Amino acid sequence: RFVGSLGTIVIKCKDLRIIQLDIPGMEECLNIASSIEVLSTLDSVTLMYPFFYRPMFELVEDGWRSFLPDKEFELLSSVTDEWRLSCINRDFSVCPSYPPVVIVPKCINDEELRKVALFRHGSRFPVLSYYHRKNGMIMMRSSQPLTGTNGRRCKEDEKLINATLWPGKRGYIIDTRSLNVAQQARAKGGGFEQEVHYPQWRRIHRGIERFNILQESLIKLVEACNDQSHNMDRWLSKLEASNWLTHVKEILTTACLAAQCIDREGASVLVHGTEGTDSTLQVTSLAQIILDPRCRTIRGFESLVVREWLQAGHPFQQRCAQSAYSNSKQKWEAPVFLLFLDCVWQILRQFPCSFEFNEQFLIMLFEHAYASQFGTFLGNNENERAKLKLPQKTMSLWSWVNGTEELSRFQNPIYEANSLVIWPAVAPQSLQLWAGVFLRWNRPSKYLDEAQEEMVKIINYNKELQAKVKVLRRHLAELEADERMRQN
Amino acid sequence: MEHIRMPKVENVRLLDRLSSRKAVLGTLYLTATHVIFVENGSETRKETWVLHSQISSIEKQATTATGCPLLIRCKNFQVIQLVIPQERDCHDVYISLIRLARPVKYEELYCFSFNPKLDKEEREQGWKLVDLAEEYNRMGVPNNYWQICDVNRDYGVCDSYPTEVYVPKSATAHIIVGSSKFRSRRRFPALSYYCKGNNASICRSSQPLSGFSARCLEDEQMLQAIRKANPGSDFIYVVDTRPKLNAMANRAAGKGYENEDNYSNIKFQFIGIENIHVMRNSLQKMLEVCELKSPSMSDFLWGLENSGWLKHIKAIMDAGIFIAKAVAEEGVSVLVHCSDGWDRTAQVCSVASLLLDPYYRTMKGFMVLIEKDWVSFGHKFNHRYGNLDGDPKEISPVIDQFIECVWQLMEQFPCAFEFNERFLIHIQHHIYSCQFGNFLCNSQKERQELKIQERTYSLWAQLWKNRADYLNPLHRSDCSQTQGTLHPQIAPCNFLYKFWSGMYNRFEKGLHPRQSVTDYLMAVKEETQQLEEELEVLGERLANLQKSQLGDNKVKSKQQDRSKQLGLSTSNNSLANTPQEYGNDLKSFLSRSPSQGDEEDSALILTQDNLKSSDPDLSANSDQESGVEDLSCRSPSGGGCLPSEDSGKDSDEAVFLAG
Repeated sequence: RFVGSLGTIVIKCKDLRIIQLDIPGMEECLNIASSIEVLSTLDSVTLMYPFFYRPMFELVEDGWRSFLPDKEFELLSSVTDEWRLSCINRDFSVCPSYPPVVIVPKCINDEELRKVALFRHGSRFPVLSYYHRKNGMIMMRSSQPLTGTNGRRCKEDEKLINATLWPGKRGYIIDTRSLNVAQQARAKGGGFEQEVHYPQWRRIHRGIERFNILQESLIKLVEACNDQSHNMDRWLSKLEASNWLTHVKEILTTACLAAQCIDREGASVLVHGTEGTDSTLQVTSLAQIILDPRCRTIRGFESLVVREWLQAGHPFQQRCAQSAYSNSKQKWEAPVFLLFLDCVWQILRQFPCSFEFNEQFLIMLFEHAYASQFGTFLGNNENERAKLKLPQKTMSLWSWVNGTEELSRFQNPIYEANSLVIWPAVAPQSLQLWAGVFLRWNRPSKYLDEAQEEMVKIINYNKELQAKVKVLRRHLAELEADERMRQN
Repeated sequence: MEHIRMPKVENVRLLDRLSSRKAVLGTLYLTATHVIFVENGSETRKETWVLHSQISSIEKQATTATGCPLLIRCKNFQVIQLVIPQERDCHDVYISLIRLARPVKYEELYCFSFNPKLDKEEREQGWKLVDLAEEYNRMGVPNNYWQICDVNRDYGVCDSYPTEVYVPKSATAHIIVGSSKFRSRRRFPALSYYCKGNNASICRSSQPLSGFSARCLEDEQMLQAIRKANPGSDFIYVVDTRPKLNAMANRAAGKGYENEDNYSNIKFQFIGIENIHVMRNSLQKMLEVCELKSPSMSDFLWGLENSGWLKHIKAIMDAGIFIAKAVAEEGVSVLVHCSDGWDRTAQVCSVASLLLDPYYRTMKGFMVLIEKDWVSFGHKFNHRYGNLDGDPKEISPVIDQFIECVWQLMEQFPCAFEFNERFLIHIQHHIYSCQFGNFLCNSQKERQELKIQERTYSLWAQLWKNRADYLNPLHRSDCSQTQGTLHPQIAPCNFLYKFWSGMYNRFEKGLHPRQSVTDYLMAVKEETQQLEEELEVLGERLANLQKSQLGDNKVKSKQQDRSKQLGLSTSNNSLANTPQEYGNDLKSFLSRSPSQGDEEDSALILTQDNLKSSDPDLSANSDQESGVEDLSCRSPSGGGCLPSEDSGKDSDEAVFLAG
């Protein structure tokens, strides 16, 4: 983010922009550089911009209250009564990274939940992530079970998981780690569900990468995109070496698999990796975008981000601290959320008419996850957010986005609600580098913007004409009715 | 017909390349012009038609328990995998196709039997659609500096040039003939593009026969004349599009490149574009990558890089950008050549013209451009695209590369072109199909001798007739992209060059975006037009009614239900609604899953038919779909099919892809 040299300051931003300032005067330059350095690496969250930001827009709706779990549950209970809201985590004592209320099977009481929590990594017991209205199949998420090397079991855990299956039905457990990694996890007390103890469930292992591997991948990719050489071979080999698109492909494929189990197999699914805060959320949220048309609307997508990322305890503050240009190795830094947005963009590119939002909306979320005047992405989980009193002290991103003025910027002009499941292609030929993020500052956007404008113009003109025709038709009908009356 | 050993084979399986599980049983027919596969059963009886001239290679693979596999690769990048039950039948089909795919006489080609049921007059009109004489006038020649030379009237000087060639006014017949003797295959410098605004021009020729020291006074005068035809500039660029090493090697054979010392006021420049052999191998390698079965991202990117294809595309584009810049910004004329001046020279001149002149970015202008820089100047279509059986070393995707350059530009300048991707794909298709006479033979002279215009039809007329299908809805005549020169980014911009799956994986529908912005916007625009018309009618009616207080009360409601109008997104959903193979993990479990019984994989990947009956959402949708007559016949994204092009016979891909 900061490299100072003789009279020149190079600012490398988290949104991947690089700004070079030439400042006359060595001393001024150094002063400015050190100020920027200090200000960009504040220790305390409470000194950050969201705590000082005063909005200049009119507040229509408080974003902090836009997506409450109760409302979500109300929707659910209108179609099924097999689930209940549990307030077991009201004071974050059972699971620190879970929200105060979670949705669990009705037949499991809070006492049993406490026992299950002890059997799961970070106490993240299985909770409902998605209910597929079409066939009543469900998707749950959790963390890994703590089976350890001697194959520990937990009766309550088995009961909970089986309780979600209808009689005679089977389910899939999608473990986002390769079998190898999952087996190694046993040595550290973790592990996976033994089929003997969960006979109605079949495990599928997928190899989604984690943490530093993803971060290195991002750094390499951004480096490749900023490469000034003219050599085509080097570009492609660097793109390949970054492995970024490999991650995109793997995550998307796993999400498709989960969706396929639910929609095509008519089977319920449990997704977990190790902690259940990263790859797990990528899979569960992407599967919902594939399956549920509601998640492809602006509000629905916001709600998805709130449910499956913020409330589900994705540690944004740890993961989105420095972005691609950081010199220091941050142990917890990883572009997990950016990869998720990239995958959404890939689906959006393949189904350009099925999303209410556009690419700009996704880019905006990327920017705000890393640096924002809003408090939404601060903290690592609901517990921390509550302690920081974010809803009282900061503004919610959603309050701003959902203001009518901003909203129009993020709307997709060619959106036509599509009630179906959308199956993206995941072949290498079908996936592309997300130029809107990674080449944003290196390519001219004028011509693409013109195209966007033209698209909006075409649609608006069409709408305008429709309105006019409607008015004229009505007018004509009235006149004709008059005419007929007079003739009679 | 005598070459067909086996006109019909039954119980042949057509494999799906993306998923080996999806195979359909049917009957294979060999006709004089096509290979036809007709699916068994199902009320639709889907058909797959492939023209013999599209066949690029046929491979007979080792016989397996299920039969003898036959792999047919097509020049339009379709790959067809058949399994024929009997080895002997397979062999007969194989032998027949080998012969049918490699005709020895022009008369065997499809265009001589193809009959779109147009009368003579219509056919003649069709050939007149693109008129080069008119085009040169549009450019602004003849004028004070340029004139038509008649030395090549009977192809007396250069048999691969057209009869009418523009040269500088100060170049006498003596100079032209003298210069032609000093150039490979006598391809002397001639005008390709003239820039009215500043008198700068692009000329083209073949390499000079300079060897190590030879000179030719007339050739030097010829270049001098080109410079003089642009009074605003005191030098010209001579661009040799070969890598320097290749050009130097040519000197040993008595050919080579211009020595700056011998020519007054030239600036000589190499722009390294590789030769046809390198390009052929590069495409081959890239297609191997495209054919990989479920490749990893690394396999794909590594293979793409290794093929060098995008590097070559960029080299061609860079050369075109250099020339366009010289002409537009420096006002300097350019002479372009490679070895013979009919491959790389054609690529580079046409890319430069396209960048310089918005006219070539219109549908009509693009036809004119291909006619000018490729057809008239003797690009060897027959040799390069293997229309007749010939030397396989002559085959090379030269014009394919040009077409891809245009696509890459379309991606960077979405509003600049009047036509869409489908237009490019269909032109590529017909360069190989030999269904129309435009691209037959190696030169104008040969075409005249064959009386092509009297015996075949013109592709341009066909495309023009269906131009509504080829429009780019985003084309706007008022923005920077449609005015004047296009300025693609030159500096590090490798990342702007992308793999064109719409072309090279054209027939793998599953790989493409499931909804097309282009098609959607085209439908909206069509509706807009109907609305405009209705508005006018309503307005008139209203005025009449108000005026005379009299009117008939039958309002003809023209407008259709909007959801039907814009049914494209929904009509595509049937495709969208089939998951791909995301992993094999599900398979084994399924077979022992009690609830699923003994059904095999078909339960996992449901066919569309199953879907319709089992899914209420979907069946509702397909009803809607059938309501959209005018739109559903339009091909979905990517231009997989050839809409309304002689709908009777050549319905090949359309049908193949419909599932």
